[in-house]
Amino acid sequence: MRGATHVKWAACAVAVALAATACGGGDSGGGGGGGGADGIVSSSWGDPQNPLEPSNTNEVQGGKVLDMLFRGLKRYDPKTGEAKNMLADKIESSDATNYTITVKDGWTFSNGEKVTAKSFVDAWNYGAALKNNQKNAYFFQYIDGYEKVHPESGSASATTLSGLKTTGDLTFTVKLSQKFSLWPDTLGYAAFSPLPQSFFDDHDGWLSKPVGNGPYTIDSYAKGSSMNLRRWDDYPGDDKAQNGGIDLKVYTDNNTAYTDLTAGNLDLVDDIPASQLTNVQSDLGDRYINTPAGIIQTLAFPFYDKEWDTENGRKVRQGLSMAINRQQITDQIFHQTRTPASDWTSPVLGDEGGFKKGLCGKECEYDADEAKKMISDAGGIPGGQLKISYNADTGSHKEWVDAVCNSINKALDNNRACVGGPVGTFADFRNQVSQQKLTGAWRAGWQMDYPLIQNFLQPLYYTNASSNDGKWSNKEFDDLVDKANAETDKAGAVKTFQDSEQVLVEQMPVIPLWYQNGSAGYSDRVSNVSLNVFSVPVYNEIKVK
Amino acid sequence: MGRYVIRRLLQMIPVFFGTTLLIFLMVNVMGDPIAGLCGDRQCDPATAAQLRSEFGLDKPVWQQYLTYMGNVFTGDFGTAFNGQKVTELMATAFPITIRLTLVAIFFEIVIGISLGVLTGLKRGRPIDTTVLILTLVVISIPTFVTGLLLQLLLGVKWGIISPSVSSAAPLDELIVPGLVLASVSLAYVARLTRSSIAENTRADYVRTATAKGLPRRRVIVRHLLRNSLIPVITFIGTDVGALMGGAIVTERIFNIHGVGYQLYQGILRQNTQTVVGFVTVLVLVFLAANLIVDLLYAVLDPRIRYA
Repeated sequence: MRGATHVKWAACAVAVALAATACGGGDSGGGGGGGGADGIVSSSWGDPQNPLEPSNTNEVQGGKVLDMLFRGLKRYDPKTGEAKNMLADKIESSDATNYTITVKDGWTFSNGEKVTAKSFVDAWNYGAALKNNQKNAYFFQYIDGYEKVHPESGSASATTLSGLKTTGDLTFTVKLSQKFSLWPDTLGYAAFSPLPQSFFDDHDGWLSKPVGNGPYTIDSYAKGSSMNLRRWDDYPGDDKAQNGGIDLKVYTDNNTAYTDLTAGNLDLVDDIPASQLTNVQSDLGDRYINTPAGIIQTLAFPFYDKEWDTENGRKVRQGLSMAINRQQITDQIFHQTRTPASDWTSPVLGDEGGFKKGLCGKECEYDADEAKKMISDAGGIPGGQLKISYNADTGSHKEWVDAVCNSINKALDNNRACVGGPVGTFADFRNQVSQQKLTGAWRAGWQMDYPLIQNFLQPLYYTNASSNDGKWSNKEFDDLVDKANAETDKAGAVKTFQDSEQVLVEQMPVIPLWYQNGSAGYSDRVSNVSLNVFSVPVYNEIKVK
Repeated sequence: MGRYVIRRLLQMIPVFFGTTLLIFLMVNVMGDPIAGLCGDRQCDPATAAQLRSEFGLDKPVWQQYLTYMGNVFTGDFGTAFNGQKVTELMATAFPITIRLTLVAIFFEIVIGISLGVLTGLKRGRPIDTTVLILTLVVISIPTFVTGLLLQLLLGVKWGIISPSVSSAAPLDELIVPGLVLASVSLAYVARLTRSSIAENTRADYVRTATAKGLPRRRVIVRHLLRNSLIPVITFIGTDVGALMGGAIVTERIFNIHGVGYQLYQGILRQNTQTVVGFVTVLVLVFLAANLIVDLLYAVLDPRIRYA
């Protein structure tokens, strides 16, 4: 080896690189594929956290796909959130406990298999069974026999839910373990989707290319990078896809997705990065969407810590709530992508569904003088200082936590009254919350599973409920929730749930901060883009020009 | 030489176990990853327990480590939380990052060394000063600034490149990201080569070669450059590992689904299997690159002998 060694090396490197390209190529990038009814829409995506199974998907990215791939007994109206019959012909009950469900005839999965009562019963039994580790198993907790197939500890003593019975080809009955009048309205959630036999026969094969009964089928799926969905022409529903298909593309960073949108390489971004909110109006004009979503953000408190679970603690929480200038923070930090909260639900429920603006009253309005007075009357903040914990890895929580603290400090004339407490990762943050390690407040949020007032109250504030992380407990509240669930007419149930919310005003177990909006932007190649009440784009309605 | 190689290979074993153990402990210290899997709500205790035993998280750490290492030697790197095999993730991520690294190294060698030779021979001239200032600027600007700036200008404003790399990541789309990734090292390579050349131009053997009447080109390439390349090769060699592991910023900006992205996801989701698996392979790459560099010394300078 003499002289030209390094030149040879360089040439060699190029040759290897070129060879690697040749092997790696083949996949044509970009949307392409013409316009009109067969046009393909390209959209940003995030890598789903869990395997794509209906009862195992609990975050937006996987939920997005399930929404295109599946139709359940009910479907939530994309605009109003109202639960309407989809595959259900009728759901009948006289006592809010025993339900008879009839499935519409003529529905099939995209592989040709018929959708029957069995498709639902099998899927629900699969979802509830402990051995399948489904993260949404608790959705089946109201069905009789749940504690047998999914005990809190130990092994399951049954493999199927005793409350589920197939009574005919297209009918089945459900027996609940308690009265729950709004239960049929929960059936629009993806966890209740039917599953084809192929799911059970070849589970791995199904996971690599899921088959459902919705308006789209999966054309190709490269885990972690992209999924191409195409319109299913034989789809029997009346919400057929109005475009040729959707190409989902995983982005490492939503800033890059936004850049791609502005450069014209992408049609739809359903998460505008916080740093771009200042120029999104000038970049996109009326192609920027900012609509309410079923998400509320709150500050939670530790009731396992005796200092907070007292009469003085209650006054301090109310005082803190009044010390937060919600309007200013939502305007300046969030650029109006949040709305100051004045109850514990969400505007997407609508007045009929139980949203009541101003229900919280003066306790949720900014009043620095009153706040200071209340907190000092109650002997000050327990421990002398309020620490608000949050995860620092995603979601830019630092900005608003600092702003909230700033607002509190100003109201109390004390620079040390409130500080932020960053936690490195989301997992560690959740760990500290669930293991009751936090002694101050922490950021909490709730994204609804289904647009029902029950979903905003019971899982969060009922004694020992699944997401009652602060371990708050109040008999009056529990009784009202039980009463609401037993009401057989919907209006009565909603009214009673609102009564239970009055208890939250008096006790302030968590401070409501603001309702979160869904934000999205789209290119001028597509039209008729909107976000549903879950802040997921209504893909099947998008039209390509 | 043979004995030297064997000794070096044997030295790799404790380094390998040490680093993997450290990474394993570090990821473990961050706490229970299952808590983050259910979003802003608590996983129901039965499912959480079931998941913990499936991923082996209910055992003591030393036992987890032993089981893990045992599996690694059979080629089983475990499963990520989204149900994908870690080996599957590696098979998609490594080729992309290797391609990106090769592009970066190519720029380092071609641009870095030529600039170094040019300035080293013309010390004090305007060209030398210009390159010195330019490289100083490149070194002092963080990679993400250069990356975002190039992305905005070339991708959005002028439309020369696509701002994001497609999932197949072909070579032509990796040119700009490769340049960004290489930028800082490239500046160092240029400066290293420059000082090394400048030092050697006054060496006896260069004077002798010139006195012999050899053509200038031959003196520079055969005599001067070859002897000046040793520190540069060391730098580039260690840089291979650094580029592959450190591509995380560049990969995020340009949407490249390579090793950096997978590591980032793994850390965010506290996925021990992914993080330890990828780092293990990176450690091996690093060790191999170092060995190759050491062996190249002897090729470049025959006076260096290994016992």
